[in-house]
Amino acid sequence: MPEATIKPLTLNFGPQHPAAHGVLRLVMEMDGEIIERADPHIGLLHRGTEKLIEYKTYLQAIPYFDRLDYVAPMNQEHVFALAVEKLLDIEVPKRGQYIRVLYCEIGRILNHLLNITTFAIDVGAMTPILWGFEQREILMEFYERACGARLHAAYFRPGGVHQDLPAGLLPDVLEFCDNFPAFIDDLEGLLTENRIFRQRTVDIGVMNFDEAMDWGLSGPMIRGSGIAWDLRKSQPYDCYDELDFDIPVGKNGDCFDRYLVRVEEMRQSLHIMKQCIEKMPEGPVLAPNHKVTPPRRDDMKRSMEALIHHFKLYTEGFHVPAGETYIAVEAPKGEFGVYLVADGSNKPYRCKIKAPGFAHLAAMDYMCRGHMLADSVAILGSMDIVFGEVDR
Amino acid sequence: MVEFWEGYALPTIMIVAQIMVIVGPLLIAVAYLTLAERKVIGAMQLRKGPNVVGPFGALQPFADAVKLMMKETILPSGSNKIIFIMAPMLTFILSLVAWAVIPFGEGLVVSDINVGILYLFAISSLGVYGVIMAGWASNSKYPFIGALRSAAQMVSYEVSMGLVIITVLLCVGSLNLSDIVMAQKGDYGLLNWYAFPLLPMFVIFFISILAETNRSPFDLPEGESEIVAGFMVEYSSMSFALFFLGEYANMILMSAMAAILFLGGWLPPLDIAPLNWIPGPVWFSLKIAMVLFCFLWVRATFPRFRYDQLMRLGWKVFLPFSLLWVFLTAGVLVTFDLLPVAQ
Repeated sequence: MPEATIKPLTLNFGPQHPAAHGVLRLVMEMDGEIIERADPHIGLLHRGTEKLIEYKTYLQAIPYFDRLDYVAPMNQEHVFALAVEKLLDIEVPKRGQYIRVLYCEIGRILNHLLNITTFAIDVGAMTPILWGFEQREILMEFYERACGARLHAAYFRPGGVHQDLPAGLLPDVLEFCDNFPAFIDDLEGLLTENRIFRQRTVDIGVMNFDEAMDWGLSGPMIRGSGIAWDLRKSQPYDCYDELDFDIPVGKNGDCFDRYLVRVEEMRQSLHIMKQCIEKMPEGPVLAPNHKVTPPRRDDMKRSMEALIHHFKLYTEGFHVPAGETYIAVEAPKGEFGVYLVADGSNKPYRCKIKAPGFAHLAAMDYMCRGHMLADSVAILGSMDIVFGEVDR
Repeated sequence: MVEFWEGYALPTIMIVAQIMVIVGPLLIAVAYLTLAERKVIGAMQLRKGPNVVGPFGALQPFADAVKLMMKETILPSGSNKIIFIMAPMLTFILSLVAWAVIPFGEGLVVSDINVGILYLFAISSLGVYGVIMAGWASNSKYPFIGALRSAAQMVSYEVSMGLVIITVLLCVGSLNLSDIVMAQKGDYGLLNWYAFPLLPMFVIFFISILAETNRSPFDLPEGESEIVAGFMVEYSSMSFALFFLGEYANMILMSAMAAILFLGGWLPPLDIAPLNWIPGPVWFSLKIAMVLFCFLWVRATFPRFRYDQLMRLGWKVFLPFSLLWVFLTAGVLVTFDLLPVAQ
């Protein structure tokens, strides 16, 4: 009798799959319910962002960054604004810096809220997401009040932020900071204390200290593995060095630790937001260099020079001296970087985007092996993948 | 002619009428259970649920039914067509035939057979065949995984459920469902219901019926986020609707079973004046509704178990525990000479 070869079951997970977090296609080779290999296929959301940016002026490139990780748009704008500022060598006024940091932390909460709640729905708990969206809505309104858009803000500009905050916004943010911890407690009551949730996440997708380093993880993924690596602390940008906050780290590097790290980061973000509001000075929000930033509208009515600046800025854009730089920020998902090459013209020569999700997804196969089908969903949920930034 | 009338035609008409009297309200109950589910879970999730079709969304189930009937029935080309069509029918029929032995009140039962509980148990065990047939006949991977999960799940929970039922039977001394209810009638009102003396068994029974009906947190066969809709992936239109109706009818059936075995069936909580004026079927429905509410509550609260965790819970926790309780109950009954006498 000829020896029978047992072929693994090939299962196509996605791109149309409710737990694929967008358009991930995982080709899995399974032995029953056990995953032997999980091969992520990406690129279904490729829009050619990097190439498009090469054909846009520096200012026009900003909105593309909103569309990378559309869960926390302003954090991406931040990195591009910082890179351009570095090449131009301009300083952002203090108030501008504080507003940016405030909105980055709002973005972090936006992101973690979505991630934790979708993670919960991935392991089968369907209530948190609807509670979470209630809170996200409040944060979206802060976005809207600052810049007029709920999602694609284009609010951070090279040199600061586009406009000053409207009157009455900061007290409302402060009120949110006071109410939100009660929501986090509710959320934790549903998830952290839940036995089934723990069974589904503890010891699933473990990445230990060395593995996390080897696979180039960042953000909550690497902090979950016990490495206190946070760019806000290690190479502070804007006014992060003036603020007091802690970096939560996990112990085991499993899905549950990553979840806990995110929950604690939300609390830390609230702490940062409160400090920003307390410390926020008065003054301009944009650098006064009108080669780069638009002049005030009433100046344009009176000053010919201001009018010319405005016209040149919104037609030709500003020229950036030749040079190159790599700037990274601690986006909610991890290290989000931009390698920007300027050739002295008004358009970037090259803009390479380093998205954290890409490196995380690369580790998918490694983390999934030997786990069950249901675990792959939990692992994917704990990775915090958004395809806008992975496929670019 | 008279003989034909009295011997065959009349009884047949009577039986059909009885079936209609049960199935009609049952289907309406199923329709409103779907609405209740969406409303209850909606309230728990800070949203409204259906509220557009009819007052408070009351006509939503009928709108859904019409929508499903209008859709195209798709038979996948690779499927085994006969089994593919038979599977939802089987699920639906099984969820209906079990109602034949359910007593709604004293003497209000279509067929008062003396092995009622066995019949009920047998019918609910057959339910897994609908799922397996659907998963196999679809000839597709996700349904197949769903079907395999379902088979394993239902088998493991049936065992502990059987032991739970045995515990109740030891206390009753009869397999007749009406007798089981009447055995819970006593001087202490609702404290006589088996839910209280046999509380751990009631908990196990409740969890087992969650697993038996594939409801959250045991909804692995249709795990939305893992295998999309499991065995139902390839179904559409009425064939899907039959699965859907079958699932909800099964939920009601299992709740009825819980009400009969543990919550005193149609008995009022206290046998005193205003309470025992309310007719038995009303109490029975209220108890079913209460158990159903717990079904929905659990669904809004808990994450889903993983396949192996579910098996571990079934075989390593529930089975030994319910077995222990069978022995314990039997031991207590024998020691204190409480065994029910044969009637």
